[in-house]
Amino acid sequence: MNVTQLSAFVSNKPGHLQKVLKALADENVNIVTLIVAETSDFGILRMIVNDSERGLKALRENNITCSVNDVLALEIDDKPGSLFNALDVFAKKNLNIEYMYAFTEKRDGRAVMIFRFEDIEAAKNALADSGYNIVRKIDLIGENK
Amino acid sequence: MFNKEIESMPEKKMKELQLERLKWSVNHAYTNVPFYKKKFDAAGFHPDQLKSLDDMKRVPFLTKQDMRDNYPYGLFAVPLSKVVRVHASSGTTGNATVVGYTKSDVNVFAEVVARCLAAYGVSENDVIQNAYGYGLFTGGLGLHYGSEKLGALTVPISGGNTPRQLMLFKDFGTTVLCSTPSYALNVADYIETKMPDFKIESTKLRVGVFGAEPWSEAMRAEIEKRLKIDAYDIYGLSEVIGPGVSCECSAKSGLHVHEDHFYVEIIDPDTGEVLPEGTKGEIVYTSLTKEAFPGIRYRSRDISMLYHDNCSCGRTLVKMEKVSGRSDDMLIIRGVNVFPSQVETILMEAEGTEPHYQIIVDRKGSMDDIEVMVEVNEKIFSDELKVLNNLSKNIADRFRSVLGITAKVTLVEPQTIPRSEGKAVRVVDKRKI
Ligand SMILES: [Zn+2]
Repeated sequence: MNVTQLSAFVSNKPGHLQKVLKALADENVNIVTLIVAETSDFGILRMIVNDSERGLKALRENNITCSVNDVLALEIDDKPGSLFNALDVFAKKNLNIEYMYAFTEKRDGRAVMIFRFEDIEAAKNALADSGYNIVRKIDLIGENK
Repeated sequence: MFNKEIESMPEKKMKELQLERLKWSVNHAYTNVPFYKKKFDAAGFHPDQLKSLDDMKRVPFLTKQDMRDNYPYGLFAVPLSKVVRVHASSGTTGNATVVGYTKSDVNVFAEVVARCLAAYGVSENDVIQNAYGYGLFTGGLGLHYGSEKLGALTVPISGGNTPRQLMLFKDFGTTVLCSTPSYALNVADYIETKMPDFKIESTKLRVGVFGAEPWSEAMRAEIEKRLKIDAYDIYGLSEVIGPGVSCECSAKSGLHVHEDHFYVEIIDPDTGEVLPEGTKGEIVYTSLTKEAFPGIRYRSRDISMLYHDNCSCGRTLVKMEKVSGRSDDMLIIRGVNVFPSQVETILMEAEGTEPHYQIIVDRKGSMDDIEVMVEVNEKIFSDELKVLNNLSKNIADRFRSVLGITAKVTLVEPQTIPRSEGKAVRVVDKRKI
């Protein structure tokens, strides 16, 4: 199962990131993990939240440009070489990773990586035989969303 | 046609009518407005010397500054007891310009707007939702009176409050929307982002009447596609009467000028010399029938071209090319003439959508610096940095290849570019030259 990521466009100016966070907080949307990709003018805020639909609605209502898309959450051992091995699976299949980031929390001593692919299904197929645990949405954001 | 006799009058007969009315109008201004008498006398011109249309070139120009200098009533040609309405343009620099109308002027205004609506295929069977701002601005009341004159059901909703506009589309069975073109795109954006369940196809909306700001063919295509309507240009300026000076027809190419009320010339903006049909230049207007506020050779700063093309709609009225921009809005950047409409086309071609934008020109040292701010809406947004970086780069590349200028493209959040009366503020020139 895929994990839904919520992304928002934010100008690189004081107070603008807070506007997004406030819009989500006001609707009681909890951010599970968050990363910003930035340029000198703007940033793209990427978030895994407990309710992406409600998050999307909250942002739109505040005139914040946003989108949702599926990302792949992958559980790997928290030890040297394990990320290398995972990437190797994609490299062998010639699958280009658009971007990736680490999930903030560890799960039972294992790390969770978030990957954005152009073709998420191809990436999942590549992992299928390699014994990787694709993290389901429900595990990441908890049962009581 | 709303007024078949006038709208399909042979060219020669129209010229005779114009000359007869010009004589009256020029004399009316000279006799009743001290400003005109002084100006004509100084130029050695007397209304008796007006024997042919060609003699118009001897008449001095009227400028926007003249109107400001005579604020508020200095150019009125009738006593205030005969004036039944005023409109004013929002002056961003200096005083606003104030224009007045007698009962007869109000009637002419309504007549020309009714002709426009009829030219778009609108009739008394239509429901016209007028989303132009009601007030001192000529758009709201202008369309309102024209719509009533035509006999259509007129919904005076005024501008803004998009959810309510959409509700009335449904509830009132609206068939025609009148607004600025940028507001029409706002409506389309609103439906897509906030009311995805609202199906524009399920409404009866079929025609859009858009004016009050220059807009490109690319913008027309986008509005038509997204709102599923036919979009027509209505043109005018408050100094002349308001919307309705000219309008498109079913041909959607060029606007027929209501020549029985407005005499038009094209001049070279630098020398003031009158240019022949088919040549691009600044449009100059002379009112032929207006009582309260005659305008004699008003320099509009709008750039266009006049021509006759045996239009398929059957109108013989002279056509003007869709206004590509005001010579006031025209920017000269490093020696290159740039119109906001060209920027619109570039943005549309770079991304297939027309986002809100603003051009900021500044001078750094001796070099002009141009920055194009583009609002990122959901259509062009991506969670991938490279997509947005490519967008900026594409736009910058097109600026270089189409206009030959290097521009910095800055992507900004929605609603950060200021808008006034639904009109986007397209150009900010910070240069102190
Ligand atoms: Zn025509």
